[in-house]
Amino acid sequence: MSQAATADTPHPAATRRSRGNVGDIVFEGACRGAAVLVLILLGAIIVELFLAGLPAFRAFGLPFVWSTDWDPVQEVFGAGVSIYGTVVTAVLAIVLAVPLAFGIAFYLTELAPPWLRRPVGTAIELLAAVPSIIYGMWGFFVIAPAFAQYIQPTIIDTVGELPLVGFLFQGAPFGTGIFTAAFILAIMILPFIAATMRDVFEQVPPVYKESAYGLGATTWEVMRSVVLPYTRVSVVGGIMLGLGRALGETMAVTFVIGNANRISTSLFGPGNTIASLVALEFGESEAGSLKFASLLALGFILFVLSFLVLAASRYLLRSRLKA
Amino acid sequence: MSITIGAGIHPGPRKDLKVAAALGRRRRRMDAIVRILGLVAMLVGLAFLASILLTLAYRGSEAMGLSIFTRVTAPPGSEGGLLNPIVGSLIQAALGTAIGTPVGMLVGTYLAEYARGSKFGNLVRFVSDILLSAPSILIGLFVYTILVMPFGGFSGWAGVAALAIIVIPVVVRTTEDMLSLIPNTLREAVIGLGAPKWKMIVFVCWKSAMSGIITGILLAVARVAGETAPLLFTSLGNNAWSVDLTKPMASLPVTIYAYAGSPFEDWIGLAWAGALLITLGVLGLNILARSVLRGRK
Amino acid sequence: MSTTAETTETATKGFGGVQARSGAAINASRISIRNLEFFYGDNRALKGIDFEIPDRQVTGMIGPSGCGKSTLLRVLNRMYSLYPGQRATGEVLLDGENVIAPDADLNALRAKVGMVFQKPTPFPMTIYENIAFGIRLHEKLSKSQMDERIEWALTRAAIWDEVKDRLDASALGLSGGQQQRLCIARTIAVRPEVILFDEPTSALDPISTLKIEELIDELKRDFTLVIVTHNMQQAARCADQVAFFYLGELIEVAPAVQMFTAPKHAKTQEYITGRFG
Repeated sequence: MSQAATADTPHPAATRRSRGNVGDIVFEGACRGAAVLVLILLGAIIVELFLAGLPAFRAFGLPFVWSTDWDPVQEVFGAGVSIYGTVVTAVLAIVLAVPLAFGIAFYLTELAPPWLRRPVGTAIELLAAVPSIIYGMWGFFVIAPAFAQYIQPTIIDTVGELPLVGFLFQGAPFGTGIFTAAFILAIMILPFIAATMRDVFEQVPPVYKESAYGLGATTWEVMRSVVLPYTRVSVVGGIMLGLGRALGETMAVTFVIGNANRISTSLFGPGNTIASLVALEFGESEAGSLKFASLLALGFILFVLSFLVLAASRYLLRSRLKA
Repeated sequence: MSITIGAGIHPGPRKDLKVAAALGRRRRRMDAIVRILGLVAMLVGLAFLASILLTLAYRGSEAMGLSIFTRVTAPPGSEGGLLNPIVGSLIQAALGTAIGTPVGMLVGTYLAEYARGSKFGNLVRFVSDILLSAPSILIGLFVYTILVMPFGGFSGWAGVAALAIIVIPVVVRTTEDMLSLIPNTLREAVIGLGAPKWKMIVFVCWKSAMSGIITGILLAVARVAGETAPLLFTSLGNNAWSVDLTKPMASLPVTIYAYAGSPFEDWIGLAWAGALLITLGVLGLNILARSVLRGRK
Repeated sequence: MSTTAETTETATKGFGGVQARSGAAINASRISIRNLEFFYGDNRALKGIDFEIPDRQVTGMIGPSGCGKSTLLRVLNRMYSLYPGQRATGEVLLDGENVIAPDADLNALRAKVGMVFQKPTPFPMTIYENIAFGIRLHEKLSKSQMDERIEWALTRAAIWDEVKDRLDASALGLSGGQQQRLCIARTIAVRPEVILFDEPTSALDPISTLKIEELIDELKRDFTLVIVTHNMQQAARCADQVAFFYLGELIEVAPAVQMFTAPKHAKTQEYITGRFG
């Protein structure tokens, strides 16, 4: 509270600096310099990626963004396939992760006995701390074989036969591919979304929940009609944060995406995301070549994409950040 | 008073108990279903964590042995270890944190002590948050273009730089959060004694926020220790023993990446062992960070 | 059972200048509380409470902070059941059923026993939806029945004229006093039998407070009301029966007039005259 009250006025200490105090000038200068450095850093990342990718934008023009070519032999490159892969895996990951994250947050805030809340909450947060390469290995050695053997054949035989949506689930059960990558991503972003939801649910004042309970509402009705409407902006912000992470995730995806530079109609087909393509091919590209520039141009596009999503997320979560 | 107008429409506060009871049964069933789904979601989440940890423990311990810490990486079939990647990771993570932390602390201090609510402060905070969640592979690409290309090759320093850039926003966030928890009365008391502001910050604010800041640093170390993507194009990896930061340097995550994708059984085994090590280290640091913070309260 | 319609407004000068209503007899009991004990974990917050809450009258509960009056209110609709570690023993009989029995149907109980809180708690939806929310939980109404019910509830809560043109506006845009009357409308829309008020005016300005008090007076023709208040004048103005709590015990319960003119216990007298609390 007291912070909010003083947020707008400069701290009294700021005006009471003793005259000619060198220490103060140096220290504030250092702090301000470091802050400026952070701004320069972000600016430099954007400018560097853009400049390094410029030859590709020059060579292919705007169609670079949607062209689905990726032919190192002919030196023709386009971002279409990897942008498609990036967006589809990230969105699919959100679709898979959000219901699960909501369930976890609901359980942790409303259902779990108090003694269980902290250990389970910590466990879910630890899921967020596991390095992404571990997810990649786990996905490659545990999930992909399980998908190939059990899950994908079942889905191909059932959902794959349906009209309209069936084509999304057809093809050979490789185990790897767009869907598997999205699945691993979903598990990776699950703790971020669940933790944000839990934190904002906990901020709903108990008296509002009691009012709804007082009318005879059940726990679920209170969640749906009071807690969710109260927190929907922050919840969407948390989801966007997860989306931002999913867009740029590299290692977890690289292991299981299947590495194919074409758009497959089936979600079980292989593909590539910007991050996985860069991770897989940057090492083999010669500095100064068109492929090199194209990969950096892809990096620039990825940066713009995640910047937009993260900025939106921060905007939506601003009330929570202030609290 | 006009408030009695509507009183006659619904005489008596009774309602249709049968309808209410039937509705109640349906609502309670719905509630029970959603409760069960919530429980299931939680169990699924824990099952993923358990699956990851058990897989790591099982496959990692199979390949684990003392030789992992005593031998350097070697071609498949020749009984190599992970000594150089482990040391390389320790060096790069330590230096990256050592460089990123002071910068992050200064920025966090600036935001909490000098720029509260100012436009410039909000911009810095926004940019720092973007950096916090920006795809780490792009940081690798960035460092490649400014440190690897112009200086003629991959180097440990480039890896350190990439990790330092990742450390900065993590430390900014915790430093600012911890400093803004300090009551203004404390600041005023110190200034009231005639101390200059920088002394107030360094000797009082930083000191009282220390456990929180240490938590942030531990989390930052945990974060960079597992980073793979930013090292791929910076420190690259090195199969020979090397602690020379001007040369390519091995790191655990990059080695795991290379080995796990290889067709050789012994390399894959080493990758699992490395994965187990890294996960234990990272989760251990996280738990340590939490207990540091909790110990304060 | 005596009728309460002709309650006279003649006031008697009591201790500490408190004006209490007089003339009303106490009605037959609606809620019977027998040997009620309440625990927050191991901490006993209510000790052997026995008392009757009269039908369609206002029972005021007074006492210093932490005396247990709000706790008792939260027992009557089992609000405490939301929180693990809180439990009650004894009997609270409403229509012959023990409210605090473990197998009681809480949703049905709360439809019967409504509650209005210290702070207005409008839900983040339209004014119309705020009222409809509670009704839909317990009844299936057609659109026209629903409209009619909402008008009825808002009218009874003396806020219809102020909001009838903006039922589709967010409830969060109303003033504090309006929000509190909206919450009362939301509570009576469910057509409960008992309404609990937990210091309903402590967050409001004097004019809004007066409106709520008038409303309480009006509502008791149809509902049994229980009000917890810190404000002695409010208890005197609104209540027919007053109960005084101290350190988890019910010290004295009496018709309002008697309570404020001739309390039996020294402790009550001390509290009423402002010597502590």
